[in-house]
Amino acid sequence: MKSLEELRAIREKMQSQVSMRAEDHSHIRVVVGMATCGIASGARPVLTTLSNLVQQKNLTDKISVTQTGCIGLCQYEPIVEVMEPGKPKVTYIKMNPDKAEEVLERHLIGGHVVEEYTLNSADIK
Amino acid sequence: MMPEISLNILDVAENSTRAGATLVTITVDADFEADQLTVTIEDNGCGMTPEQVERVTDPFFTSRTTRKVGLGVPFFKLAAESTGGSFSIASKAGEGTCVTAVFILSHIDRMPLGDITSTIHTLVVYHPDTDFVYQYRFNGRSFTMDTRQFRQILGDVPFDTPEVSDYIREYLNENKLDTDGGVSY
Repeated sequence: MKSLEELRAIREKMQSQVSMRAEDHSHIRVVVGMATCGIASGARPVLTTLSNLVQQKNLTDKISVTQTGCIGLCQYEPIVEVMEPGKPKVTYIKMNPDKAEEVLERHLIGGHVVEEYTLNSADIK
Repeated sequence: MMPEISLNILDVAENSTRAGATLVTITVDADFEADQLTVTIEDNGCGMTPEQVERVTDPFFTSRTTRKVGLGVPFFKLAAESTGGSFSIASKAGEGTCVTAVFILSHIDRMPLGDITSTIHTLVVYHPDTDFVYQYRFNGRSFTMDTRQFRQILGDVPFDTPEVSDYIREYLNENKLDTDGGVSY
């Protein structure tokens, strides 16, 4: 069984690191819709993929991944919103873990919106 | 419908956090001798009035304003009842809500439990202001995770710190394996 002692060691290590996440002006917020509509259409693995990749690539001080409730566009779930200071919000629709990884690489790291996955490119009637 | 029971649990527990609960207790109890899987989600959130309790299993009732349907609770109820099990919800305004779903394990229509570790991990890491107690029982063996214990050790180090988040996932994985031997059902 995993012991709580390990958690104590983590805490000590964390406390010795002085710098905390500076909320600098270029901080990107990524929000995944996690209401019934999102969860039923596969939002949990999308959220897990994004947060794991952000951790693995040591981007936690630049990008924060959080969740929210229903955005009101249930038919387009799973939805991922990207909020970057000074730029219009980008809404990605019908996401899956592969598309999420692509968005991370091309948009969050590369700086280019992946137009074909956005709500704007969807054929709304 | 949700493809796994663990996603129903995630969805219904999200309601608890939305109800302003400071403590959410989730119990998953698999008893193969009794052929039952019992799931309870109990919170100390704002609760519901008797009228709301009566209507909460109606798919066309929701307190949301973003849309006109509320399918989370009806999905969970249907998933349990379609196995010959049962579903109940008890709530008091100002005190909290307790949801209980019983599944008949051997029933052909019972969906798999699924990735319960991911459900609990997601709840814990993304709701920094809510404490969670998770008890997992399997044929009499059990383990309990209590975020109040984590918090006491961690002080002001947040749960979404990568090292802490990884620790919580491993803690859940290893303890589940010790409890059920890695059986998937």
